[in-house]
Amino acid sequence: MDFEFMQDTFLRLLSGVPLTLNLAFTSVAFGAVFAMLLALMRMSGVKVLDWFARAYVFVFRGSPLLVQIFLIYYGLGQFRPTLQEWGLWTFFREPYWCAILALTLNTAAYASEIIRGGLQSVPHQQVEAARACGMSGFLLFRRIVFPIAVRQALPAYGSELILMVKATSLASIITMMEVTGIAAKLISQTFRAVEVFVVAGVIYLILNFTITRIIMAIEWWLSPHLRRPPAVKPALEAVHV
Amino acid sequence: MQHLSYFELVGFGPQGWGLALLTATGMTLAVALCGFLAGSVLGTFVAWAKLSGGLVARSVADGYTTILRGIPDLLVIYLFYFGGSAALGAIASLFGEDGFIGVPAFLTGALAIGIVSGAYQAEVFRGAFQVVSRGEIEAARSVGMHRWLMFRRIIAPQVLRYAIPGLGNTWQLVLKESALISVTGLVELLRQSHIAAGSTRRPFDFYVTAAILYLLITWVSTYLFQRAETHSMRGMRRAS
Repeated sequence: MDFEFMQDTFLRLLSGVPLTLNLAFTSVAFGAVFAMLLALMRMSGVKVLDWFARAYVFVFRGSPLLVQIFLIYYGLGQFRPTLQEWGLWTFFREPYWCAILALTLNTAAYASEIIRGGLQSVPHQQVEAARACGMSGFLLFRRIVFPIAVRQALPAYGSELILMVKATSLASIITMMEVTGIAAKLISQTFRAVEVFVVAGVIYLILNFTITRIIMAIEWWLSPHLRRPPAVKPALEAVHV
Repeated sequence: MQHLSYFELVGFGPQGWGLALLTATGMTLAVALCGFLAGSVLGTFVAWAKLSGGLVARSVADGYTTILRGIPDLLVIYLFYFGGSAALGAIASLFGEDGFIGVPAFLTGALAIGIVSGAYQAEVFRGAFQVVSRGEIEAARSVGMHRWLMFRRIIAPQVLRYAIPGLGNTWQLVLKESALISVTGLVELLRQSHIAAGSTRRPFDFYVTAAILYLLITWVSTYLFQRAETHSMRGMRRAS
């Protein structure tokens, strides 16, 4: 293996990391808001809203992300005059915004199921206790339901975040020069697929490892009730054992 | 050029792309299925290594599943496509041939899918094996079954039963991943839609059609996996 070449490749690929992270975090942030809405629609009990959310999740989870990206980036070009009339063409002309839109719509479908699972895992007793204390509506949601649901949903949301970092690689197909895009360009220029692959793989593994660690830290921070209480009185602890 | 209606465009008439799209759907299914089966074989061996391998086999298996699940599938496909051509080119240059040699897109596609889905399937099999009760394995051993016989009669049927839901999820992943193979030029569903979209300038119509066909495959395979699950669980008592 040629270490000089690999070092050079590493530096070049590193320049794509900001865009990769930008795509992943922007779409996850927008997607979370949309996912929350979808989850509330599913749980609203209103038939129309419920079916809309179900259909949405089925469509966006059941078809490949690349098809969704092409549909937005190339497909909407078919309606260019209309979009220009509405002043939306400047948005749909940019591969960056098309990628963000596709990733957002896609992650919203997956995340809405995660959030729904979290919301449904909130024990009835907690809600009843809160109602007994006189909480209702938004206060109940903000103080009781939301914190418990977030705690439950966090591990699955962490996996979704990693999937999204991986999914941003598809943006390279519509000319976005993030890590995979630069890697593909380097491979087709140098024909040294293995070296470039190893370096790009290492970068993705570092990114995903860091994200996993951060999520684990947040999980730890959010669940003080599961941690062992600090040993304040060692004498008493000896009695418990 | 007269304006065709949507159904003329994707239908089977003289100017319709119906047949091409259907053939391409068949290609998508073929490449996904081959990749999935390759992944099953690989996944079985990796799960075996994880469960009862030595230190080396276990670390290799752990490294494989961690790495392949942590990097984008598209990179793996590029590795196989360009790396395969480079390797073939190197071999060919030994025989005095020069220039770019393309590897068959179907083979690279199926292999790439197999390698990636093998990592997911290994985890599915490992999880399913851990549900098989220890008592059954001890009982099999006590009646004198050898490893292969025990695998065939006791372990494999039960692991497969518990693995069906996980395998269903992996199959959906594989199906969606097969769309990425279009970057190597294999004429599967997405590639064919791309070609049709380019030649008719009706990209929206064709990508919507592709999405509908993918959803149809997803829907049918979800149904089939559910059937398989109820069938395999028919003799089991449910805790409910």
